[in-house]
Order: sequence, then C-alpha cells, then structure tokens
Amino acid sequence: MDRDRILKRLTVLDFLAVDLALYLDSHPDCKEGIKKYNEVVSEADGLREQYENLFGPLFSYRSYSKRDEFNWTDDPWPWENDFNFVVGGEE
Amino acid sequence: MWIYEKKQEFPVKIKQQNPALAKLIITQYGGPDGELGASLRYLSQRYAAVTPQSKAILNDIGTEELAHLEMIGSICHQLSKDIDPAEIKAAGFDSYYVDHGTGVYPASAAGVPFTAAYFQSKGDPLTDLYENLAAEQKARSTYEYLMRMTDDPDVLEPLRFLREREIVHFQRFGEALEGVREYLDSKRQFTVKMPKNE
Repeated sequence: MDRDRILKRLTVLDFLAVDLALYLDSHPDCKEGIKKYNEVVSEADGLREQYENLFGPLFSYRSYSKRDEFNWTDDPWPWENDFNFVVGGEE
Repeated sequence: MWIYEKKQEFPVKIKQQNPALAKLIITQYGGPDGELGASLRYLSQRYAAVTPQSKAILNDIGTEELAHLEMIGSICHQLSKDIDPAEIKAAGFDSYYVDHGTGVYPASAAGVPFTAAYFQSKGDPLTDLYENLAAEQKARSTYEYLMRMTDDPDVLEPLRFLREREIVHFQRFGEALEGVREYLDSKRQFTVKMPKNE
C-alpha cells in the first residue's frame, strides 16, 4: 500500500532528524552531523507534502499542502491500529 | 509552544489482545519510571538550566518523551480495547477494569495513580542532571523487565525502540552534565556596584 510505504519512509526520516538534532545539541560544531541533518530534513519535508496531498493533514494548524477541505478530524488516529504500518513488512 | 504531528515516532500495530500485559505496560505511562514523569521532569527542570546546550537537551528530550507517552498509551489501548467482558477476570484485568474500564489512565502496574512525587526539579542544574542519568537507567531497566513479560513481536518491537532511546538520552544527559560542570568550573569575573552612602 502506497500510504504505508510513504508513512514508513517519513517515520524513518523523522526519527533520523530527532536523533541527529539531539546529537547536535551536544555537538553543535559537527559539520558532518549538520550536513546529514539538512539532507534528512529536506527529504522528510518533501515527503510530508506528498503525504498531506494524498492522505490528509499531519498538523491541525500548520500545513505542507493546500487544504481544500477540513479533513484533520478524519480517522484513523495514530494511537489506533489501523493508522500504523507493520514494522517487519510481512503480514 | 508545541505542535502535534498526526503520526507516531515509532509505529504501534498490535494484532493480539492481551489486557494482562496492558496492565503491566501501563506503568511506563504513569508509573514511577514512566514517560509522563520523564517528560514533566525535563520540561520543568529546563528553567533552571544554565548552559545553552543543556537547555536544548532538556527541552528536546522532554518533548520526545511525550511521543513515547503516546506510544505506551497506544500499546495499552490496542492490547485491551476489544476485550471480551467474559474474559476480564480470567485475563487478570479486573482490578484495572473496575476503576478505568478499557480507558488509558496514568498509573503504575500496581495501580498507584501518577504523582509528581516521582521526580524532582531542584533548581540546581547539576543535581537535576544527576537525577536524569539515574532516571534514564531506571526506565531502561523497566523496559527490560517488561520485555521479559511477552514474546509478542508486535509489542516487543516498540518496547525495544523505547529501551534504546533511554540509552541515547543517558548519553546526551552525560554530555550536558559535562558542559555544565565545565561552565561552573570556569573562571568568571563579577563586578558588584556598591551603593553610594548618602
């Protein structure tokens, strides 16, 4: 499923961004870390736009896409089984 | 301010109901070494931080803990939401059920409601960081104990992820501590303006 594929890639990239940002908090002069951080965030933001255009908003008051209808309230929500993708890949 | 992003930090997708396991894992929601206490601890302590890097680390880890709180709440929710009423007693879920139904409530595995007494915000940047190093280790131990309670891969994967984050956070707090110690040891000059005698 396309949504699972995009969401999985976005989850991977956002995790890298969280971890790199935390690393940069204590290593602010690491040029390699900053370069990697910029690459990751730029790819993630591109994917965010793609995800929002296809599957609805990721934020209630910030947008990476044009919003024609207010579908923020659409099910499923992240704490629900149906929202998430399978980690191992098989099902 | 904070922004909610409509997705998990790490996916939680559980096929097999197991309310008895939910009753144990809830301790990382509102128990003594849980994610709620962790988040409130760091987000409260940041006001007393003295170096820019330790401010950022407290702020950012305190924020990430909220994403972990969501993961734990999701695990407990998905493990217990469709329980057959006839099986509540047999599943050992009855004592939780009579107080909270299948709702997610911040309490320890033993049912003790969440309390801010689980953490300190001491107003001393060194004291606070020492507490945080211990807190991350205690949470890591708890995740290891919880991982021994199940062989369900759908539950183990997110628990393993959360355990690893405790180790990374411990590392970052150690670096923050190093920086604060250096700052406090550095020679600084203070000038005090004396009031004129009138």
